[in-house]
Amino acid sequence: MHSPVFPQVLTGAVMTKGLRVTDLRLNVSATGDDIVDEVRISIEPGKVLALVGESGSGKTTVGLAVLGHSRRGVTIAHGRVECADTEVLGLDDDAKRKIRGELVSYVPQDPASSLNPALRIGVQLMEALEVHDFGGSVESRKVRLKQMMEEVLLPTDDEYLLRYPHQLSGGQQQRVGLAMAFACRPSVIVLDEPTTGLDVSTQEHVLKTIRQLTRDHGVAALYITHDLAVVADLADDVAVMYAGRIVECGSVKDIFTNAAHPYTKHLVIAAPDIEGKKEIVGLAGRAPSPGKRPTGCSFALRCESADDACRSVFPAEVSVATGHVTRCIKIGKLPNVVVVKPRASQTIESGASVVVLQDVSAGYSGKVVVHNVSLSIRRGECLALVGESGSGKTTVSRAIGGLHREWTGSMSFNGAELQKTARRRTSGARQGIQYIFQNPYGSLNPRRTIGESISRPLAIIGTSKSESRKAVLDVLEKVNLPGSYAGKYPDQLSGGERQRVAIARALVSNPVVLVCDEVTSALDVLVQAAIIDLLGDLRKQLGLAMLFVTHNLPLVRSIADEVAVMSEGRIVEVGPAESVIGNPQQAYTKSLIMATPSIERSMR
Amino acid sequence: MSIFKFVLRRLAFGLGALIAISAAIFFVTQGLPADPAKTILGRDATPENLEALRAILGLDRPLLSQYFGWLTDVVRGDFGTSFTTQMSVSTYLGPRFGNSLFIMLIGTIVSIPISLLLGGYMALKRDSLFDSSSSFATLVFAALPEFVMGTGLIVIFATTVFQWFPAVVFLDEGAAPWSDPMGVVLPITTLVLGCIPYVSRTMRASMVEVLESDYIEMARLKGVSERNVLLRHAFPNALGPVFQVSALNIAYLVGGAVIVERLFNYPGVGSALTDAIRVRDLPVIQFLSLLIGSVYVLTNLIADVATVLVTPRLRTTLK
Repeated sequence: MHSPVFPQVLTGAVMTKGLRVTDLRLNVSATGDDIVDEVRISIEPGKVLALVGESGSGKTTVGLAVLGHSRRGVTIAHGRVECADTEVLGLDDDAKRKIRGELVSYVPQDPASSLNPALRIGVQLMEALEVHDFGGSVESRKVRLKQMMEEVLLPTDDEYLLRYPHQLSGGQQQRVGLAMAFACRPSVIVLDEPTTGLDVSTQEHVLKTIRQLTRDHGVAALYITHDLAVVADLADDVAVMYAGRIVECGSVKDIFTNAAHPYTKHLVIAAPDIEGKKEIVGLAGRAPSPGKRPTGCSFALRCESADDACRSVFPAEVSVATGHVTRCIKIGKLPNVVVVKPRASQTIESGASVVVLQDVSAGYSGKVVVHNVSLSIRRGECLALVGESGSGKTTVSRAIGGLHREWTGSMSFNGAELQKTARRRTSGARQGIQYIFQNPYGSLNPRRTIGESISRPLAIIGTSKSESRKAVLDVLEKVNLPGSYAGKYPDQLSGGERQRVAIARALVSNPVVLVCDEVTSALDVLVQAAIIDLLGDLRKQLGLAMLFVTHNLPLVRSIADEVAVMSEGRIVEVGPAESVIGNPQQAYTKSLIMATPSIERSMR
Repeated sequence: MSIFKFVLRRLAFGLGALIAISAAIFFVTQGLPADPAKTILGRDATPENLEALRAILGLDRPLLSQYFGWLTDVVRGDFGTSFTTQMSVSTYLGPRFGNSLFIMLIGTIVSIPISLLLGGYMALKRDSLFDSSSSFATLVFAALPEFVMGTGLIVIFATTVFQWFPAVVFLDEGAAPWSDPMGVVLPITTLVLGCIPYVSRTMRASMVEVLESDYIEMARLKGVSERNVLLRHAFPNALGPVFQVSALNIAYLVGGAVIVERLFNYPGVGSALTDAIRVRDLPVIQFLSLLIGSVYVLTNLIADVATVLVTPRLRTTLK
């Protein structure tokens, strides 16, 4: 199935520094099924290679294997990992422990959970130096510690080092993670989605720090992410993973302007961008998981151009251009634009205002966090409410949904005043305003079938069983799910499918307004694009008004007509999406947009 | 310092709980249909004598005024006079309380470290033969009542199989328990075996969770030695829940000791309590129930404080 010899296209010369991974395979220990296979990567010192792919594609597995580590239930089957001059996988446990942190280090995805809650950050940072006896003496380690803090732009005073992780902000925690990773001046560093969950301005600082440190110290960085805009901004080279294989690898330019593999093309098309309005297009289906992968190309199941040849044997690596390789037997024979979706007119006629907020202030236990917000959402219109975490956007949306009772001011729905909680609202208002939650894994009752979950609102208003069944099938069709899904349970569905079910459950009440609270932030980019596409279609077909709450500015361009920018509980700018994002007037909006990485901007 | 305020507030809560407990104890025991005067004077007592004794004991007063009288005395440190021994309750129970405290303390000191090690090692060797057999064994021990375990120990180590230890304790009145070191081995072992299953299983669960956490993986990826990963990173974080269960267990030991002391004829408060219940010696029953209640309140308080101390997130956010 795999051949150990590959044409040497990426780098001709033998490297003595940097990272080289060859023919890496990791198995599910119990079954021997491949999680990743035939992985080949090489990164030169001072360069950043981005490893991109959907969740479950094996990115983190590869990243950990670079440190010779595999999680419970996973076995490193074979391969070579060379960090500078050292082959990592052949080392015994003690030797592996020695090189971890010293020769190759790791920056984890979630800094909050990766720092020990019971140890002060100074102790944890010092430990990174102590375990490798860095500097040879306590005094020189103290000097290095101060230097590390400076490198990541954190305060160097003793009081700060005495803090516990929970006393730092998310951005500061991630800087501590970075400081720890760079502590012993490693040759190779693996960064596993280090900015996921951070606000854009914090992300910008962290990315800048990463770029600076890798360049200054000649570190080869493997940057794992699913965010293509970050890739375009930060990386030199990109490796695209799909179902455990690297399907395409090349320079950033190669990948974004001349993608060869159909999967890469789909990824690029699905990524929203803050520069220029772009129709994002999703892709149905999901990548096969370990043990269920076909003998042929694993993307063939979703590929428009796949034929029998694709399905019979896994494609070997072929060269597209110098330093640009892919695993597809049809390169050059693929349609250039993968999907062109015929679209109705971009803007729909907006009707009368259906939800109007006037001077709404809201808070928690007496502490006001939202100040004097006035908004209106018109029929058929999508209003995006954007802002960083803590800006109050979710509080506003929950108040509209009747889920948050501590607010003052006035709110009306179809001209009638709205009560504070959903329980006290009229059934018309309750059905008219439907809420869709961020996390489709938590918002569906795992003990109910999809059909039961969807028909629940109907049961409450006393719809008959047969009518309910018809309504369920009807809304499932609207969200492009087969009717047979009514009998399934949530755990049998993928994240994207669950979010479709959540949308279907909202639609069954014939709503006028959909409140969408970060509905795509837990989803992969292709799935996100498909959900955005679906919401756009529904809006047009049903004339729905939509409040789209998000921190993802690029996405706003692809879905919203109007946008309201929130900061520290206030609306700082509101207007048509095109003009607010294309030509922002307020300093805050400008800084937010400048901090947001963009593929187009990076390609210029 | 806020930790002191926290302790003070908890103490106040504990005091409130004790007052509620005292009321429950008093009304339940005093409200029993049996007449203590009849118990004391026996079958042949004349009605006049009974009446007189009831007046002396204050049993003719309304229940509520009896309760407040009793509570005031308790607060003053006067727990009354034992009906049967005619000694003051504190003189009668003082040495016995010391005896009980001795086996409880030793039992705790022995069982907690063993449980932590056992549970921690089970978590470390998760799903191994050691783990599954220990899980099975602790489950069996958890399911066995103390008297069965105690009897089993007597059969194996005192009578039928080996004759290493005495089956019953013969302590002279007023003699310290450590004057008979061989005698206390089996009672203490019974208590230890009763405690280990709960604490070790909690430790295992807590440790498994910690070992799966991101910060443990991160510590390993930093190059920290396996020994330090466990001792420095995993162990302190696993202790919180264990403290809570240990506290419940120590308090439970007080109750468990009742049976164990009876079984081994050990002159502690447990055997005093069973004796007192048999003869309806109300002052003794009330005192001992209140004492057991106080141990519950106090150990839980200590556990809460200890949990706060090992959890910086809780410690630094104390209001």
